[in-house]
Amino acid sequence: MSNLSTRWLKKSPWVYHIGTGGCNNCDIEILDCLTPRFDVERFGIKLVVTPRHADVLLVSGPVTYHIKPRLQEVYKQVPKPCVVACIGACACSMGIFKDAYSVAGPVDKVIKEVDPNAIFVYVPGCPPKPETMIMALVKALQKI
Amino acid sequence: MENMALYLLAFLVFPGFLFTSTFGLVVSWIDRKVSALVQWRVGPPFFQPFYDLFKLWQKELIIPRNAKGTSFILAPFIGLVATSLLATIIGIINLKPEYQFVGDAIVILYLMIIPPLAIIWGGFSSGNPFASLGASREIKLMMGYELPFILAVAAVFFKVGSISLGEIIQYQQVHGALLNHPSMLVAFVVSLLWLQAKLGEIPFDISEAECEIMEGPFIEYSGPLLGIYKVMMAMLHVVCPWFLITIFWGGASMQGWGILWSLLKFIFIIVLVVLIKNTNPRVRIDQAVKFFWGWVTLLALISMILMFLGY
Repeated sequence: MSNLSTRWLKKSPWVYHIGTGGCNNCDIEILDCLTPRFDVERFGIKLVVTPRHADVLLVSGPVTYHIKPRLQEVYKQVPKPCVVACIGACACSMGIFKDAYSVAGPVDKVIKEVDPNAIFVYVPGCPPKPETMIMALVKALQKI
Repeated sequence: MENMALYLLAFLVFPGFLFTSTFGLVVSWIDRKVSALVQWRVGPPFFQPFYDLFKLWQKELIIPRNAKGTSFILAPFIGLVATSLLATIIGIINLKPEYQFVGDAIVILYLMIIPPLAIIWGGFSSGNPFASLGASREIKLMMGYELPFILAVAAVFFKVGSISLGEIIQYQQVHGALLNHPSMLVAFVVSLLWLQAKLGEIPFDISEAECEIMEGPFIEYSGPLLGIYKVMMAMLHVVCPWFLITIFWGGASMQGWGILWSLLKFIFIIVLVVLIKNTNPRVRIDQAVKFFWGWVTLLALISMILMFLGY
């Protein structure tokens, strides 16, 4: 990816939140990020409501068979360049759902089926703290 | 020929596209910062709207398979051109009231309907059910808010006895701002409510309700086209208050200390809009139309009657 195309992405990453079968704990922590206490708008991070406007996909939860095609479809709808952030232990490595009958695989495996060059950020924790998520996003956007 | 080049310069640079869009992005920073302060936050940095815009410019542009490509792409540009034209006309007449032409206020009223129409067109052509829903709500809302506003502006026309913006400004230079009359104060209140709906701010952001129909008409727009819509909305945040200042509040002078006074008037209106936005919940579309066709139209009629009684 050229330097030019991601130059301003660091300054205004718009996030889209998608739950893929988690226990809702990470989702609540994501919402905590957006409260006045943490105020991610200081860094230009903004919650958007449609994948077409998104730069970062916040995915929480192990990917169940039911949601797998939906997650891949949403990923295809996001204009590139974009970053996929796996929030929580389940999204990173399936956590306690490993080898469960209803789970298709961790987020990176599912998304690599449609785009092998996707960019991932892993934020482990059950759930990760809001500070961790902000730090992970900042680090990821400096890398690309 | 030279005149033509001057008009083109006015359209593209000052007071048209470049000036209004830059100022509009600053206004959208004011909007976000004031909202943050209301919510006890720090808020975004000053250049945040510019960063957002540059980033959108570098993103991929996706045209959905179900969309009608041509109108999907054209709609934002039409809105942008209409808004630039509005800014040019209002700006030039504010600078030099003698540049008026017959019925320029009517032209402005018509041009102001084009940006919402562009949003509606783009929404319907994007082939998304949520976008169609948002676009149809925008139509209803537009029918709601235009009626009282045109009545309010008609009250101004009758008071001054002219339908040209330049003469309205000159009248105010001689007789003082129209706001000093009770009838015009009522009309100004009507116009402020119109402004809230025109700019798509809460409580009247029904057509692009984020958590309900996901930005409505903008749902399928991505990258540069979304950026153009953002610029258009930012410019509307400049142009509409500017028009209200022109017809009610003695115009926006651009000379000496007048600039500061004009800026203060402008920021007063914008902050008022942001405060209303931050302290109200969203209404339903039927409530909004009832509100505009009921109470607000009544207010506009009261202003008209007061004006004919000579207040």
